Amino acid sequence: MIKALEGSQALAEAVALCRPQVIAAYPITPQTHIVENLAKLVANDKLQCEYVSVESEFSAASVALGAVAAGSRAYTASASQGILLMSEVLFNIAGMRIPLVMTCANRAVSAPLSIWNDQQDSMAVRDAGWIQLYCGDNQEAVDTTIQAYKIAEECELPVMVCVDGFTLTHTLEAIDIPSVEQVDLFLPPFQFSRTLTSQQPMSAGALVAPDIYSEARYSHHQALLKAAEVIERVDNEWQTATGRGYGGLVKVELNPDGETGLLVLGSATGTFYDAIVEQALDEVRLIRLRSFRPFPIAALKEACAGLKRLIVVERALSLGSGGIVTAELRAALAGSAAMPLIHSFAIGLGGRDIPISTVADLLARVEGATEPVAFEIFAIDSDKLSPEDQ
Amino acid sequence: MSEISSTAVSVDVQALRRRQGRFSALESGHRACLGCGQALAVRLVSESTGPDIMVANATGCLEIFTTPWPESAWRVPWFHSLFENTGAIASGMEAALKAQGRNTKVVAFAGDGGTFDIGFQALSGLLERGHNVLYVCFDNEAYMNTGIQRSSSTPHAAMTTTSPPGKARMGKRHLKKDIISIVAAHHIPYAATASVAYPSDVRKKVRRALAIEGPTFLQIHSPCPLGWGHEGDKSIEVGRLAVQSGLFPLIELERGALTGAMPLRQVRPVAEYLKAQNRFRHLFAKSEWADEELEHLQALADHNIEVYGLRGEGRDALDSEGADTIHRGGQRWA
Ligand SMILES: Cc1ncc(C[n+]2csc(CCOP(=O)(O)OP(=O)(O)O)c2C)c(N)n1
Ligand code: SF4
Repeated sequence: MIKALEGSQALAEAVALCRPQVIAAYPITPQTHIVENLAKLVANDKLQCEYVSVESEFSAASVALGAVAAGSRAYTASASQGILLMSEVLFNIAGMRIPLVMTCANRAVSAPLSIWNDQQDSMAVRDAGWIQLYCGDNQEAVDTTIQAYKIAEECELPVMVCVDGFTLTHTLEAIDIPSVEQVDLFLPPFQFSRTLTSQQPMSAGALVAPDIYSEARYSHHQALLKAAEVIERVDNEWQTATGRGYGGLVKVELNPDGETGLLVLGSATGTFYDAIVEQALDEVRLIRLRSFRPFPIAALKEACAGLKRLIVVERALSLGSGGIVTAELRAALAGSAAMPLIHSFAIGLGGRDIPISTVADLLARVEGATEPVAFEIFAIDSDKLSPEDQ
Repeated sequence: MSEISSTAVSVDVQALRRRQGRFSALESGHRACLGCGQALAVRLVSESTGPDIMVANATGCLEIFTTPWPESAWRVPWFHSLFENTGAIASGMEAALKAQGRNTKVVAFAGDGGTFDIGFQALSGLLERGHNVLYVCFDNEAYMNTGIQRSSSTPHAAMTTTSPPGKARMGKRHLKKDIISIVAAHHIPYAATASVAYPSDVRKKVRRALAIEGPTFLQIHSPCPLGWGHEGDKSIEVGRLAVQSGLFPLIELERGALTGAMPLRQVRPVAEYLKAQNRFRHLFAKSEWADEELEHLQALADHNIEVYGLRGEGRDALDSEGADTIHRGGQRWA
């Protein structure tokens, strides 16, 4: 059914459709509306579940972890400082191969303090061993949340659904909320092979010696690589069920034959899409990276084939190094016959607006370049800085 | 044994039952030090819980010595996540079991570090939200797993590797945190202290806690031969002296109010307890400062005896000398 909903409200409805038995969350802007809406659903008996109002994000993640270990589908959500506070638990959840789904309402991290959107929070925990899916719009956020449970439970891996804070979470859109029947047909009831029971006692979370740790990491890494196929398949199944698919791992949104690539994650895609269409930039191939973990090397190679230049646009950076996605992409494409010239930019940090003119500005910036832009935070106004910082 | 008459059978069955090993969640063969109080405490606790429990265990000695992969000493479902989130892991388990309509009791195990210090916030959250969980803190008064560092449970003046005595220091400078009062201030239905030196008291308190639907808390004084500096075969003696001196009072609190205290008929001097352990040996160096600290510790014990009214005046039945048997208006549990 099509409803006009705020992103957070739509996400809450999507979560409820997946019937989690335990929800644990701690408020933080811009995630708050999601958990408020879930609390409302529970209060009105529209969702029957244990809603655990924890005292911190650290406990939110831990409660969800304990709940899955004891055999229930669970949900949590956070952002920014909350994700960082959770980080120890996030690594633990993934290492224990716990099928949990969480929403990261992407927000910048402090200091300086900012409540606005970029993707530094989820990028900071990219090595935790979670699947990370970045959503282009709220319809996709809803659909990806439902897909995420299926992926998580099939792969026994946690999934972080990354949704740009405010840009998506606080924006009203017309959204097709799937029916209960659709979701029930698509998503099997929760089952976890390693559920704890006193009938068949099992110990989980043991100390391992150096002779097995590497193998454990290997199998976790393999599991993430193998998840790529599941992510694609589940997206296809969803397309069959609802008519909506998102390209699985990577999607070429526009001009598949264009020789100038523009690669982006998350909601900025919409702005770039409009810019390319409005300005009839037919040579610009718009590529959206949906799955950042696993990092889909093969799919990216395919999406980038035939490019002369590629502009990578990121919403975070590795301070002292540069573009995070760019570095991985350069490594992935290195050595391939037709490696494009890869230009790397961070834009829209801490909620800075990404106007529709950005595409033209970026194209102008790299026009005629024979050397790659190694990394640049785009459109810095150095007049705002003191002379010694410029 | 071969010819048991039908009349004898019923008698022998009783006798056999009494001799039968109780259920223990811990198998033998784990890797605790000889005389580890914590290992014994777990046995005592699980004898009373039985097998239908689910354990959330904090990082610490207990976790390490029971589960060196691929071995496990546990006969109950057991889950270790991190050092400081045990209260929350147990909360999540309990919420899940509730949602599923399963009745298995969730039990949390943590050391004093995982309870008094780094896991304190998650514990407070669990208590405040009223989860149906028995939280057991094995109090060995330091971070033993990482090599004997002070925790907020370490007694005043005790030596640890991060509170060493020296020219300018007389061991730990601060007092032992009064965790039981803080826990009781959450107004939970039941909170108690116990000691491995009094096994049937431990069992009784566990059974008491298990019968309650809601958060309950047990702080079990668990001597650590390695960290306290005494022989492994002295754990019970040392533990008993802690109680008998008044330094570690055995008390029960319901909804924040004191409802039980084990009386001490013969109060032992604190110095006797301290002398039995290397961690206090600098207090016997015969300096003015050392003497002051000895007095200070004695005063702390006296204070406990006063506040909790520990001086026993009743019959022998109330005597803590009676080791395994503590009668407090109830029957002895075989
Ligand atoms: C966040 C974090 N900090 C530090 C540690 C290291 N660490 C592991 S166990 C432990 C001390 C445990 O002490 P306690 O809880 O008293 O239990 P015990 O080992 O004495 O039984 C420490 C400091 C850790 N595992 N996690
Ligand atoms: S160090 Fe202490 S607590 Fe740890 S196993 Fe040895 S005796 Fe037990």
